Amino acid sequence: MLKLERRPAPSRLWTAVTPVLAVIATMIAGGLLFAALGKAPVEAIRTIFWDPLFGEFASYSRPQLLVKAGPLILIAIGLSLGFKAQVWNIGAEGQYMMGALFGAATGLAFYPTDSVLLFPAMVAMGAFGGFLWAMIPAVLKLRFGTSEILVSLMLVYVAQHIMSAASFGMLKNPEGMGFPGSRNFQHYPAAFNDELIAGTGLHWGGVAALGAVVAAYVLLSRHILGFHIRVAGEAPRAARFAGVSPALLTSVCLGVSGALAGLAGLFEVTGPAGQITTDFASGYGFTAIIVAFLGRLHPVGILLAGLLMALTYIGGELAQLTLNLPSAAVQAFQGMLLFFLLAFDVLANFRIRLARRARA
Amino acid sequence: MMGSIDPILLIASLMVASTPILLAAIGELVVEKAGVLNLGVEGMMIVGAIAGFAMAVETGSPLMGFLGAAVAGAALSLIFAFLTQVLLSNQVATGLALTLFGIGFSALIGQGYTGVRPPPTPKMDFGPLSDIPVIGPMLLRHDPMVYVSILIIAAVWAFLKFTRAGLVLRAVGESHDAAHALGYKVVRLRVLAIAFGGACAGLGGAYLSLVRVPQWTEGMTAGAGWIALAIVVFASWRPWRVLAGAYLFGGVTVLQLNLQAAGVAIPVQYLSMAPYVITIIVLVIISADRRRAAQNAPASLGRVFHASS
Repeated sequence: MLKLERRPAPSRLWTAVTPVLAVIATMIAGGLLFAALGKAPVEAIRTIFWDPLFGEFASYSRPQLLVKAGPLILIAIGLSLGFKAQVWNIGAEGQYMMGALFGAATGLAFYPTDSVLLFPAMVAMGAFGGFLWAMIPAVLKLRFGTSEILVSLMLVYVAQHIMSAASFGMLKNPEGMGFPGSRNFQHYPAAFNDELIAGTGLHWGGVAALGAVVAAYVLLSRHILGFHIRVAGEAPRAARFAGVSPALLTSVCLGVSGALAGLAGLFEVTGPAGQITTDFASGYGFTAIIVAFLGRLHPVGILLAGLLMALTYIGGELAQLTLNLPSAAVQAFQGMLLFFLLAFDVLANFRIRLARRARA
Repeated sequence: MMGSIDPILLIASLMVASTPILLAAIGELVVEKAGVLNLGVEGMMIVGAIAGFAMAVETGSPLMGFLGAAVAGAALSLIFAFLTQVLLSNQVATGLALTLFGIGFSALIGQGYTGVRPPPTPKMDFGPLSDIPVIGPMLLRHDPMVYVSILIIAAVWAFLKFTRAGLVLRAVGESHDAAHALGYKVVRLRVLAIAFGGACAGLGGAYLSLVRVPQWTEGMTAGAGWIALAIVVFASWRPWRVLAGAYLFGGVTVLQLNLQAAGVAIPVQYLSMAPYVITIIVLVIISADRRRAAQNAPASLGRVFHASS
């Protein structure tokens, strides 16, 4: 009979090893899933994890890695602060959309300016839009005690409809021949978020993501606020004795994650997406939840996890083309990864002991 | 303009519109009463929707569809049960994983079923009763699942209030340590409750794809599972209030659809967001009275149970 014995503190070794184990287990389980769908399992796994980097289309797909990893990392860094403090913002997708809307609206309001101040202003408004949307669950939680989980999630659907209303109404391209969707930022140089180094896929979003990783690392390891976040999550009672204000912490965690998600949205709409459309939302806000957990809520871990997750996105697209694999397969794949990760966590938090039944 | 909305039809269609969330919410109520917070309702619902749909299309029988959906929902919930009850994982994170996985997995198996029409679910026939003016068309001409969902509410209410097992379930939800000390099987009971919740969510999903819409489209639950979670809070963990809450939300949904059809001068998008906005407003109103909200919530809700001996 196996018995679990709680470790005094999570094992550092296992904490680092479990994500790797989870990825391997997901590959195996995913292979079985693909086999059940009648696809060659080894080929499917190779197409998803290997070909985007080293396959025949690698020169096209490699830059995509940074394009996709940027928003994932940016959002996941924000979410990880909250998750550490047990503040569950799961509406990053909505904050991402509102950031894109606020930023894009600012840019379009000044069309066709060529001021160099425009793009910084749009970035600020993008962060503000996401911040504002995240402060709704924060304020409601602090004032009325509503669950931030449910409110932030409901606001994703609200944001979705606002997005749709904007692309049919307020922000519709006046020269778009009646098609829904805003002007394309590609034809608006002052507001366009172009590749910084041609052929790498690195745009301002990627730079911001790297900045967020460094900032979060410093915050968590060197700053009192980071310490408060960690204490609040690990020992809420001790945190209260230490004078940590739960209200402040909730607002900071939700506000920062909202602002970062908003930034991600702004960089996406002005760069890779190009315009506000009804189907702008791409699920980054939800996938970032997986990235945050896979990266063990640690900034460096999130950086690596974001790159890996971006790889599965690109590999998934590739598999769609070459193997005719459904696009949803990758989503199921990512969900499975989170399952395995949570399952293997038992090894980090507990020792497994053999216990004799008779002794009971 | 408002005159074009027929109140009898409105109530009849709100009963149909509420049934999916009603089923999912009453299942989640039992799970939460046992002290477990399963945020995977949305995922179990959508897997139930496609499993029920596929089953009904392949067998030609809606009944088999609903059975298949309940089994699929329960099976998926057992993953959650294994992770949270045996491997002691965090319930919030695991529930989210269940939802993310469910949405992807359902889209994967649902590939061949877009545009297919499911076999129609027959309406109940109460004989001459269905012909009573007003009440007949309003209440007595629905499909069996509408009545089944109300029966489940009644059964859950009676189970929690009058049976010994119901009392034990509530005890486990209030204090798992005390219940464990008394010799009750905390983990076994919670696994059963989670499976029941999964089956109910599966039924709710199948009702969407087989009766309410009836069609399969990716992501068709569109937050219904999350609204079900909100309704459990709204109902302050009481079965009959789940019914009231679900019908209220069904009413809002149907009303906004009717207003859209009637051509009100508000853009469609703003009407479509109404159910979500109203969910938030209702959550605020319910949570504002903190003492009452805290009194009714199961005390061990969401906490990990690890038997030390």
